[in-house]
Amino acid sequence: MEEKNKNNHILDEVTGSEYKYGFYTDIEADQAPKGLNEDTVRFISAKKNEPEFMLEFRLKAFRHWKTLKEPDWAHVDYPPIDYQDIIYFSAPRKKPQYESLDEVDPELLETFDKLGIPLEEQKMLAGVAVDAVMDSVSVATTFRETLAEKGIIFCSFSEAVQKHPDLVKKYLGTVVPYTDNFFAALNCAVFSDGSFVYIPKGVKCPLELSTYFRINAANTGQFERTLIVAEEGSYVSYMEGCTAPMRDENQLHAAIVEIIAHKDAEVKYSTVQNWWPGDKHGKGGVYNFVTKRGICEGDNSKISWTQVETGSAITWKYPSLILKGNNTTGEFYSVAVTNNMQQADTGTKMIHLGKNTRSTIISKGISAGRSNNSYRGLVKTTRNAENARNFSQCDSLLLGDQCGAHTFPYLEVGNRSSVVEHEATTSKISEDQLFYCLQRGIDMESAIGLIVNGYAKEVLSKLPMEFAVEAQKLLSISLEGSVG
Amino acid sequence: MLSIKNLQVSINGKLILKDLDLEVKEGEVHAIMGPNGSGKSTLASVVAGRDTFDIDKGEILYRDQNLMDMNPETRAREGIFMGFQYPVEIPGVSIANFMRTAINEKRKHLGLEPLSGAEFLKLMEEKKKLVDIQSKLTNRSVNEGFSGGEKKKNEIFQMALLEPRLAILDETDSGLDIDALKVVANGVNKLRRKDNATIVITHYQRLLDYIIPDYVHVLYEGRIVKSGGKELALELESKGYDWVKKEAGAQIQG
Repeated sequence: MEEKNKNNHILDEVTGSEYKYGFYTDIEADQAPKGLNEDTVRFISAKKNEPEFMLEFRLKAFRHWKTLKEPDWAHVDYPPIDYQDIIYFSAPRKKPQYESLDEVDPELLETFDKLGIPLEEQKMLAGVAVDAVMDSVSVATTFRETLAEKGIIFCSFSEAVQKHPDLVKKYLGTVVPYTDNFFAALNCAVFSDGSFVYIPKGVKCPLELSTYFRINAANTGQFERTLIVAEEGSYVSYMEGCTAPMRDENQLHAAIVEIIAHKDAEVKYSTVQNWWPGDKHGKGGVYNFVTKRGICEGDNSKISWTQVETGSAITWKYPSLILKGNNTTGEFYSVAVTNNMQQADTGTKMIHLGKNTRSTIISKGISAGRSNNSYRGLVKTTRNAENARNFSQCDSLLLGDQCGAHTFPYLEVGNRSSVVEHEATTSKISEDQLFYCLQRGIDMESAIGLIVNGYAKEVLSKLPMEFAVEAQKLLSISLEGSVG
Repeated sequence: MLSIKNLQVSINGKLILKDLDLEVKEGEVHAIMGPNGSGKSTLASVVAGRDTFDIDKGEILYRDQNLMDMNPETRAREGIFMGFQYPVEIPGVSIANFMRTAINEKRKHLGLEPLSGAEFLKLMEEKKKLVDIQSKLTNRSVNEGFSGGEKKKNEIFQMALLEPRLAILDETDSGLDIDALKVVANGVNKLRRKDNATIVITHYQRLLDYIIPDYVHVLYEGRIVKSGGKELALELESKGYDWVKKEAGAQIQG
């Protein structure tokens, strides 16, 4: 191992130095010039003051990306993206955009209120100047101290690259290699920042790593990257994303999440995604093309994904799990809502490699307006995955008669002792249900909110408590105006 | 409280209710009886505000307001309650959550503060006792997997929570065994007050052994062909609907 690292280091040095030629971009600039080439990649790496191995990683990814074609198999439709017309790096906005909340779009504030987001956090999310002594900042500091005592590392990806390069080097790209797919390769080449979580052996993380993240979520970039490593016997519950609507001038978002669970470790990953979906005609929304994957590396480990997807014009996302260790468990709980012209193609992949591996998939799609909502999932048990078990349930709920719901299950069973079950239902909110609510004095919007939340309850109950409440409100808000 | 005059209702051009008149005053219990297909459930739905019907003519006044100007949720918040013949299931929505939403919508309409979680739970316990409903029922999703009897009891429980001014119970007795019937009837009797009114729609006289009506109306082919006191129900029971049909036939022809 030592030897290999040393070799890599030398390799890095050699290859790295070569790249210095032809490097011409002014690194004092706040943003990279439009377009993507090796210089852009070098610019980003230099801007972030990264060690050679990172630059090497990015360049390899970039060179591979150039050989790839954008995938077109998803059940989504959008005009071609001009990858040369994108600015791949701009320095995070440090200056607040506004002096007070009065200057912020009232529609946005109304949504914040409906979600019940505290005032100080509203300011943060909307980009309003806040006092340095603000509560949440000190909360964040307290958090860090508590975590540090346990040896937990929880920081931005950039910070991890600087302070814990060995860990980053050891795990980066091990679950989602840069060769994985078009968007993953793109992310590897140009990723801006993200989060890094490391839970040492035997440590149960005493906090939901969620509140902290949310406070910091407002300034996350276009190409995020999250890496979570849970050592033997550790536990962590991690939440990212935000229920508040995130408006962003960047149309293309291509994130990567990698999770590694060692022996007896457990990782719970929850996310709420509410990127700007565009206007009613689908103009201007975010394209969210994400690669998320976890590996249950050691025996008896467990990873669960819980996601609530309500935003983005297009969502292309399949949080997946490789159940490599024996007796490992994978779970996927998803609620995906599409309204107006939104398109979502989302699901999961459960790859059973180890013996006695278990996976559960609960997917709840809700379509309204003229949107399209697809579940796409693969369950695969290999020859060695004796006694593997999977249960999948994919339900679709339709509101109105102009939307679409689709289910694309792929099942590959590689041995005789595995059992794979798939159940699917499609239903509509009935007139009778709505009238029943109306007759009890509950108006149409609230009735739809109630019924939809009831339908998604099984998944929402998996979210950390504080987010479950917000997610419920979010579902109702996302479907406002979808009926009648 | 409720005054229906000359009401004519059709669905897809087919007449369901014809020249119907009905006066219900505070403190009264009215029973509407009639054979299947006579228009009983339509009457209930029209008052509750279901929009699958065409109101061709006539008027419905509720507390001197034109009911036609109110949407179904406003009618409910103004105190009209309908006990459904076939209560629907709403999976994943607990009765507690459902009813708290309903009560708070009503309170908002009346300009009152919403009930807190604790206040609501207290109210729920109170009403559970009143209508003798099992505790565990309220933790379950609305009507999901309920037996016929449980569904009907749940309707009465909801009625107790909402304290309507005017309750219309649409065949609440259908499909009930005698014990469930007693629970339902008992609930209705306990909720009976001087300032509210109840319309009980039923096919059988059986329910009227437990809920004693002030007036009984017989609905046949969309008209009220006979009205009387509680003894009319007994008369119907012994003579059957054929008797009414014959009389009505003579009336219509004459």
